[in-house]
Amino acid sequence: MTAVAHTTELSIETTGLSKRFGRQLAVDGIDLAVPTGSVFGFLGPNGSGKTTTIRLMLGLSAATAGSVRLLGREMPRHLHEVLPRVGALVEGPAFYPFLSGAANLHRFDAADPHVPAATRKARVRDALDRVGLSHAADKKVRAYSLGMKQRLGIANALLAPRELLVLDEPTNGLDPQGTREVRSLVRSLAEDGVTVFVSSHLLAEVEQICTHAAIMSAGRLVAQGTLAELRQAGQARLRVLTPDAGAAAQVLVGLGLTVDGATPAGRSRPTGDGPARDASGSDGDVLYAPLRAGSGDGGVPPEAVVAALVAAGVRVRGFATEQVSLEERFVALTGEGFDVVQ
Amino acid sequence: MSSETPGASAAAPAADAPATPPGKPSGGPRAVRRTWGGGLFASELGVLFRRRRTWAMLGTLAAIPILIAVAVRVSSAVPAGRGPAFLDRITQNGLFVGVTAMLVSVPLFLPLTVGVVAGDTVAGEAGLGTLRYLLVAPAGRVRLLLVKYGGAAVFAVVAPLVVALVGAGIGASLFPVGPVTLLSGDAIGAGEALLRLLLIAAYLAVSLLGLSAIGLFMSTLTDVPVGAMASTVVLSVVSQVLDALPQLEWLHPWLFSHYWLDFADLLRQPVAWDSFATNAVLQAGYVAVFGALAYGRFVTKDVLS
Repeated sequence: MTAVAHTTELSIETTGLSKRFGRQLAVDGIDLAVPTGSVFGFLGPNGSGKTTTIRLMLGLSAATAGSVRLLGREMPRHLHEVLPRVGALVEGPAFYPFLSGAANLHRFDAADPHVPAATRKARVRDALDRVGLSHAADKKVRAYSLGMKQRLGIANALLAPRELLVLDEPTNGLDPQGTREVRSLVRSLAEDGVTVFVSSHLLAEVEQICTHAAIMSAGRLVAQGTLAELRQAGQARLRVLTPDAGAAAQVLVGLGLTVDGATPAGRSRPTGDGPARDASGSDGDVLYAPLRAGSGDGGVPPEAVVAALVAAGVRVRGFATEQVSLEERFVALTGEGFDVVQ
Repeated sequence: MSSETPGASAAAPAADAPATPPGKPSGGPRAVRRTWGGGLFASELGVLFRRRRTWAMLGTLAAIPILIAVAVRVSSAVPAGRGPAFLDRITQNGLFVGVTAMLVSVPLFLPLTVGVVAGDTVAGEAGLGTLRYLLVAPAGRVRLLLVKYGGAAVFAVVAPLVVALVGAGIGASLFPVGPVTLLSGDAIGAGEALLRLLLIAAYLAVSLLGLSAIGLFMSTLTDVPVGAMASTVVLSVVSQVLDALPQLEWLHPWLFSHYWLDFADLLRQPVAWDSFATNAVLQAGYVAVFGALAYGRFVTKDVLS
């Protein structure tokens, strides 16, 4: 986990934030630091505690332990001062199906006692305009598609000038065109100086629009920082292509490296735990080993690894040091596939 | 629910009519209609009365006096003492359609509709998911709860009013309207009789405030509106059943439905306000207790819907 320098001003700051439901710890002591002015991607697979964290941040549910500061004020104690400056889309849009889109926005705007009623009509019109829903303003929400509801939800978050936007899965249900529109909307908001906190399970989305990101897994915050920091934090690793996988693994372990896994050449990336030994590929196996460069304990220079391999009689057919991509890091941190955390 | 019982209980206090000076109608339905909440309260009423369901319920309530009036009109004269109280008076004075219809709708129809509205208050928003958006607006939990109760209270005022006014209207169009002889023997003009009719509607509105508070509390317990509605309606039935068991006489004055039918005092000259006041105090107690419970529950509730 990369610590964000606390000298920068933070729009969201949580300290040891935890939430327990019965015996399950849904959010487990997370320390989020969202710098003001950033577009912050909140990544994690389904069920990793993203939405619960957002509920805690917005004062919808009470933390079991820890604290939240939003825009510099303690939550939920200063909820009434903070929330008017925050626009939110929480766990998907929700509306009164029997009211029109515009009437729904009027309703939510009326719920906020801090905004002037006189400008309500104009603000609702502008918000609808901004998400491209002006043509459907008078249509009952019952007749809206999921994508239209999603846009209306974003319009609701934009009803008043905000300093912070919390968008939970804002592109859910949107077609590619809508996804692009949301991305450009987020960018234009960020240009206006709004801090945007976007939760998503889609890495690509985060990579495209965010300046910062944090990764959740099973209720814990496993990484956070700028995108560049996150990419770097993913340790560089060795990639060794060799027919003598077993011998190579021994050498690597002997050098104090851990072998992540071996795959027959041609497959993209290690999938299993522990080295696979069957040399089925014609070129041999690919072995991966993280290089602990810069992590304190000296690390092993790559050239020394090659020398050691060759000295041990390992036939090295390929050797490289490579940087872990953000996606691989994401998968490494959160587990692969559709495993929803229990 | 026997239609004889209400008539009997309405006639019983007539024997010992205590000519007390008119007391202050403590509280009253207007007490909950505070302006605190402003735009949100207006919006709440807008949402409530733009729902087709609300109009369906008011339509059903309006159908009760219409059915009664038409049935009496097309059938032969009702023998005195049969059917709901005042039924036999309808042919002489159409305004009694309103009184009879209110009497008929007290045990089930009014509690049912009020239970639906009150049970829907918080749970309905939770069910739609709109509760979280109201709270992050931020509506404020206490403010939202008060606005929600205010909305339910307005419905509790409107519902009996619809029965009374539609009853008076249909009665006046199908039957003659003239001076009304009160339970105390005095006769009053049609204009004042209409006023008395509205007074009964107000009495029922007050009667339903306690139930509305119970519904509000139920509504804070669940995210399933139907559950809150059903339990509120069931409680009103249970209360009335307990009220009918003589073995539980000690409990009766504490049941929120105990005074629901005691509006006969309003048909005396001068108006005996005792039952109105007793009822209002009891209802205020229920509002206080269940309002506090709803507050305690809702303010600390984790909104996960």
